[in-house]
Amino acid sequence: MSTPAGTPPLDRKALIDLGFIEARAKVLDIAAFLDRLDRAGGDATPDFRVEAIRAALRIALETSPARAERILKSWSDPTTEPAARADGKAARGVHPTPKT
Amino acid sequence: MYIDPHIHMVSRTTDDYARMAVAGCVAVTEPAFWAGFDRSSPAGFQDYFRQLTETEPRRAAAYGIRHHSWICINPKEAEDHGFAREVMSMIPAFLERPNVLGVGEIGLNRNSRTELAVFEEHLEIAAKHNALVLIHTPHLEDKLKGTRLILDAIRAHGKLDPARILVDHVEEHTVRLVLERGFWAGMTLYPDTKCTAARAVDIIEMHGTNRIWINSAGDWGHSDPLAVPKAVLSMRARGHTAADIHKISFDNPRAFLSQSKNFSAEPLRPTVA
Ligand SMILES: [Zn+2]
Repeated sequence: MSTPAGTPPLDRKALIDLGFIEARAKVLDIAAFLDRLDRAGGDATPDFRVEAIRAALRIALETSPARAERILKSWSDPTTEPAARADGKAARGVHPTPKT
Repeated sequence: MYIDPHIHMVSRTTDDYARMAVAGCVAVTEPAFWAGFDRSSPAGFQDYFRQLTETEPRRAAAYGIRHHSWICINPKEAEDHGFAREVMSMIPAFLERPNVLGVGEIGLNRNSRTELAVFEEHLEIAAKHNALVLIHTPHLEDKLKGTRLILDAIRAHGKLDPARILVDHVEEHTVRLVLERGFWAGMTLYPDTKCTAARAVDIIEMHGTNRIWINSAGDWGHSDPLAVPKAVLSMRARGHTAADIHKISFDNPRAFLSQSKNFSAEPLRPTVA
């Protein structure tokens, strides 16, 4: 690497210029997604996937580093033993067991 | 000039080969994978392996792209152990074909006991034939657990050199595990479910440019066969040097893949079909 490990070649100002509009759009999309669910009819029981997104947003607002890594870990299956059988072919995106 | 070291060209059109060639692709490697439906017999795999070793190299050569393959039964079709064993019995013959690099993409999907047993049997085939290995790590919430199970199984098996194994689809929470144990790591650039180009560049900035590559894993699902050249553009926008960009998109995959005598990224004159 031409820069010390972990330090991007671009400085903060340049990275903000490069990424701000895209990040702005993604924040609005998440807010609009949550608004849409509030407006909708049907079962109002909290969905584990949406709750996992809310919990991840709290991690994103923390000031400590490795937010992306910690969010991915918070969504991961915490068990360590192989499953007795494959539970369908597709993963759901977040592990259903609520974390404390 | 770049290599896409993981792309499922059987699912892509000839126009995609043309676009990739225009974007500078000189070589691809195509792991065996799930077709989106379960094949009804081992004979279905025989035909698929012929497609990977006969048809796709010809289709790619028309655009001056060198095509290589990896052979296995994908974990998504490995839940029936007897069926998987019948398919695995075909692998050694295909490892002899001139465009085949090794065994892949093997690994886990839903982290089941049968998937793990079939994975271990694939490792044994690779060890017996001194073949390179390309590993698929599970998706989404299954990735972290599956990556740990995979790395532990390789360690317990004990006969394979980590420098000859690439563990693919790493993300922020698995890349360190893979690199620390001496394996190669692959980052898959996928629109929704794996790395975006921006996050892949972050991972390169945090973990360096050694033993790591990027690929599109372009397939029949929502994916982009031009994801590698687009990530190259992202690296340029993020201020990376031409040398680092060339290392990630060409030198690194060439170094890993050249451990098989069947790999080449030498210029190939297009032979329009
Ligand atoms: Zn794949």
